[in-house]
Amino acid sequence: MKVITANRLLNGDVVWLGDNGSWVERITLARVFEGKEAVAEGLAEGAEAERNQEVVSVYEMDVTVEDGIVSPVRLRERIRATGPTTHPQFGKQAQAVSA
Amino acid sequence: MYRYDEFDANFVSQRTEQFKDQVRRRLAGELSEDEFKPLRLMNGLYLQLHAYMLRVAIPYGTLNGRQMRKLAHIARTYDKGYGHFTTRQNIQFNWPKLEDTPKILEELADVEMHAIQTSGNCIRNVTADHFAGAAADEIADPRPYAEILRQWSSLHPEFSFLPRKFKIAITGAPNDRAAVQVHDIGLQLARNEAGEIGFVVFVGGGLGRTPMIGRKVRDFLPEEDLLAYSEAILRVYNRYGRRDNKYKARIKILVHETGLEELKADIEAEFERIRFGVLRLPDEEVRRIEAYFAPPPLEVGETVSGAVENRKETDAAFAQFIAHNLNPHRVPGYTSVTFSMKPIGGIPGDASDAQMDAIADLAEEFGHDEIRISHEQNVILPHVRLEDLPALFDRLVSAGIAEGNAGLITDIIACPGMDYCALATARSIPVAQRISERFGAPDRQADIGELKIKISGCINACGHHHVGHIGILGLEKKGEEFYQVTLGGSANENASIGEIVGRGFSSEQVVDAVEKLVDTYLGLRSGKEETFLEAYRRLGEAPFKEALYGAA
Repeated sequence: MKVITANRLLNGDVVWLGDNGSWVERITLARVFEGKEAVAEGLAEGAEAERNQEVVSVYEMDVTVEDGIVSPVRLRERIRATGPTTHPQFGKQAQAVSA
Repeated sequence: MYRYDEFDANFVSQRTEQFKDQVRRRLAGELSEDEFKPLRLMNGLYLQLHAYMLRVAIPYGTLNGRQMRKLAHIARTYDKGYGHFTTRQNIQFNWPKLEDTPKILEELADVEMHAIQTSGNCIRNVTADHFAGAAADEIADPRPYAEILRQWSSLHPEFSFLPRKFKIAITGAPNDRAAVQVHDIGLQLARNEAGEIGFVVFVGGGLGRTPMIGRKVRDFLPEEDLLAYSEAILRVYNRYGRRDNKYKARIKILVHETGLEELKADIEAEFERIRFGVLRLPDEEVRRIEAYFAPPPLEVGETVSGAVENRKETDAAFAQFIAHNLNPHRVPGYTSVTFSMKPIGGIPGDASDAQMDAIADLAEEFGHDEIRISHEQNVILPHVRLEDLPALFDRLVSAGIAEGNAGLITDIIACPGMDYCALATARSIPVAQRISERFGAPDRQADIGELKIKISGCINACGHHHVGHIGILGLEKKGEEFYQVTLGGSANENASIGEIVGRGFSSEQVVDAVEKLVDTYLGLRSGKEETFLEAYRRLGEAPFKEALYGAA
């Protein structure tokens, strides 16, 4: 299972491709793609968003889904999805508390 | 300190204007990311894991209070209230927005700063000994030469698209504190028998995936030939350096593949063609630049301060600070003071906006408004009166940068690693923090003595692990962080590349492994004066290997 991720052009925020072509700030809201074709379609949507100056650096990444919760497989992507482990007060982990 | 002339000011403001327009065009869709990326990199703007990252140049690690205060302002206004001093004597901001960067560059230009030559395949900004202009062992201040190289290399049309990046370091003292032998060009100031100033020249040093110690190509290069000879090296590199493979594109590979003698002959031939041309350094021009770096007026004082000695008697933390964080000054009564950006358990090289403001204040009050950043990620006031040390120390305690650990086991170099960096394969900072906590007790650190631990979160070696007495390289193995340990590296005048001691360690095991190495050293050293590195060089790897992995 995969999700499509990128950074927002304007502020560099980490985002994932959600429903209806939206880019979401939480990986839990990311659309999950299964199978090569679906992933290719997701990447094509990403490329289009890149052309529209929405996001940069689009790529696919592995996730697992347990009880409907989407989690990154690789540590790198877990850190991207939460923030620096050395700075719990910054990044998405900080927003999660206030949200 | 060097002040911009009209040419410099125009050049920086033109570049800022240019970048402002490039960002506008990018946001308007007139430039694609592929077109924009090399342009933003030329202005120090990277895209990292969580956000953009802006790397600001601190040429030869020298700045003043006003500039430091501006960095604090940028951290507070455009970032999340902190910055990170790097092993290239630069500062990185971790969270700037693309739309804000033109404004940040404008603010930097106000204080004669910029992000030029901090990225891309150009001659990067030149690094130097952080005690330059102050150290007792110095032959001459290396910074005028660094500045001359800067003026020559900035926007050099011939060297804007080199096969790969190119780093030059220069030291003015026989004790190399600028790691010159692991740079593309390393320069060590020297005097010949006639008493004239010149340079020992090393070429082809570097770390990264293929670490190499630079090879000496000149025992003595006369001062007047500095630029012509540098240009000759760059020309040979630009012509013959590999462009087919990014990992084999640095000059160290060219030195290795061509052979030193042939390459030296190429450099000398090119040098002969141009040495009497426009690049020959006129004496009056060197002296003019030198005047910019003229030391502040320093009154000779007593070599021992009663105030310092008294305080040492009653204050262990102060005594520890005095024992480790001072470097002998060429003027009696003065010293160079290292502010440790390595608090126990803290993040190596990070400084908050409040700390940067405090450093600026202290530089103005106690340090003739001079500040240095070291490649070891610390901050230095080069010219401090011994008499002022007690008062300065109290202020450092308030600012949280008073740890007396310079050069000790907790004075760890660490790259940002996978907490920030898009290239990293493992985290560096948390490993540094855990080692720092493990060895943080003042007596224990002091007993261990000089021990340089350097940690990189990937093979690119920004954390200089190859030249750590103990080097730690973070890799990924089967989805887990995994740390390879090297021993016996050194970046000083007796430079060496560390050797891999054996199989690597998990994140949980790596701190214990370091402790075993340290305990082995303590058990086998000939005395307290034999450092870890000296003991390792005497004993070889066997006892250390056995401590880690048991008898073979």
